[in-house]
Amino acid sequence: MKRSRSKPYFNAHALVLVFSSILFLGGYQSIVSGKMSRQTGNEQNEIQIPPPPLSDGIFPCSECHAEMEPNLERRELEEFHDDIVLKHDEKNRWCMDCHDAQNRDMLHSASGELIDFKESYKLCGQCHGPKLRDWKAGIHGRRIGYWNGQKEYLLCAHCHDPHSPKYKKMKPEPPPQKPGKIK
Amino acid sequence: MSVKKYIHSPAKLNRRTFLKAAGLTSSAAFFSACVSKEAREAFFQKDFRSLSRDEIARILKRLEAQYTRQYGKPFSVSAKEPIADTFFGYGLDISRCIGCRKCVYACVQENNQSRDPQIHYITVLEMEKETGIDFMHADMYYDHEEVPYEGHFYLPVACQQCKNPPCVKSCPVGATWSEPDGIVVVDYDWCIGCRTCMAACPYGARQFNWGKPHLPAEDANPDTHFLGNRPRSKGVVEKCTFCIQRVREGRYPACVEVCPVGARKFGNLLDEESEIRYILENKRVLILKEELNTQPKFYYFYGT
Repeated sequence: MKRSRSKPYFNAHALVLVFSSILFLGGYQSIVSGKMSRQTGNEQNEIQIPPPPLSDGIFPCSECHAEMEPNLERRELEEFHDDIVLKHDEKNRWCMDCHDAQNRDMLHSASGELIDFKESYKLCGQCHGPKLRDWKAGIHGRRIGYWNGQKEYLLCAHCHDPHSPKYKKMKPEPPPQKPGKIK
Repeated sequence: MSVKKYIHSPAKLNRRTFLKAAGLTSSAAFFSACVSKEAREAFFQKDFRSLSRDEIARILKRLEAQYTRQYGKPFSVSAKEPIADTFFGYGLDISRCIGCRKCVYACVQENNQSRDPQIHYITVLEMEKETGIDFMHADMYYDHEEVPYEGHFYLPVACQQCKNPPCVKSCPVGATWSEPDGIVVVDYDWCIGCRTCMAACPYGARQFNWGKPHLPAEDANPDTHFLGNRPRSKGVVEKCTFCIQRVREGRYPACVEVCPVGARKFGNLLDEESEIRYILENKRVLILKEELNTQPKFYYFYGT
C-alpha cells in the first residue's frame, strides 16, 4: 500500500467515502449516529455528519496493522507516521490514548469503549464537554443549510486536526478601498 | 403688482399658469409618444408598501425582463413575504472571529454590490486585546500576512437590524422601513439619495452608490429579492438585509455559511429551540452602543 506522506489522519481516505456520499444525496447524508436533541440528549433529532476526513489511502488501519504486534511503549515514531506532530496535550498523551491497540480501525474512550471514526466527537467530548454541548446546540462549529430545517453538523476533525487542534492562521482577504480611491 | 393681488387672481391666464399648462401638456405628450410603456410604468411606480399584489407582480416581471436583458442570463426577482412568526436575530462570536474577511466578499458575491466603486456591507475592525472594544482606535484597513494578528481581535460590523432604527425615523420619504420579520429594508426605487439615513446610523452600516454601480455580468447573482439584492442604480442607499432572498426561504445568510470558524449564527428569536435563543440564554452577550437605545438584533457573544 502506498503510504501518504502528509498528515495521515487528515488527508481524507476520500475516494470511497466521497463516492458513497455522492450516491447518497449530494454528500451530506451519510452518517446516522445516536439520536439526540440539542441540550438534553432526548431522542429527537438525528445528528447528520459527513464522512470523517481520513487521510488518503490510510484507512482501514488494519490493512497494515493486522500483521503487526501492538507495541504499547510510548516512543518517538520513526518508520511510519513520523510526519504527525502531536500538539495536543502531548506531554501527557500519545497515540494509544485515543487509537485502539486491539481494534486498529477504531478509537476508544477513556473507559475503553470502542468509538467509530464517524463518531469521533464522542471521544473529543470526554475532555471538551462544554464544546460538545455547544456543538450539539449548533453554537460551536460552522453552520450551513437552513435556519429552520434539520441541523447539519461537521465532525470536530473537519475543522481541527486532532493531532494539532489549534485553528490554523490564514491570509486575510484584501482590505477595502480607502475613500480617496472611489471614482 | 402686490403679491397678495397675484395670489388672488388665479383665473387670469398669466405667464406662470401658461407655462405650467404648457409644460404639463408637452411632457405628457413626450411620455406617451417617445417613452416606452415600461419606462412610463417605472417612472410612475409607487412606493413598495402602497403597491397592490397585482402591481407588484407586474413590476417584478418588468424587472426580471430588464435584468435578464442587461446581464444576459435569466434573473428572478421575488417579493416573498415574511415567514409567519419569525423575528430574526444574529449572533457573532467575538472569541472565534479571526478577521479573514471571507464574510465581506461572500456578502458582495451574494448581494450584487457594485465592485467598482466598491461597496461592502461588512467592515471588519481590528482592535487590540489589551484595550478591548475601542472604535476610536480600530483599524479596518489591516493587511497582514496572516490573521489573527498577534495581540489583536476582530469585530465585524454590518447593519445591526435595530428594533428602534434611527435610519428609518430619519428618512424623509419613507423609503426605508422595518419588515415584520425585523429586517430593515430599502425601496431602491423610492429612495431619493439624500443620505439622511446614513448620517442617522450610528454603526456606519449604510452605503451609498456614489457612482454607477459596476456589476460584471458573470459575477451577478440572478436569484434576487425586490427589497434585497436586485441590482441597484446610481444615487441610492443600500444595506445588509440579512440576505432577505435567502432567509425568507429558510436558508442561512451567505456570511454565516462562509465563515470558516463558525463565528456567525442566525435564527428566529421567537423560536425557543433556535440557535440564537440558546446564545442569548447561555452566553455572555453584548450589543453595540447600547446607550443609544437603537435595540440591535445583532448580538455579539463570547462562545468560550
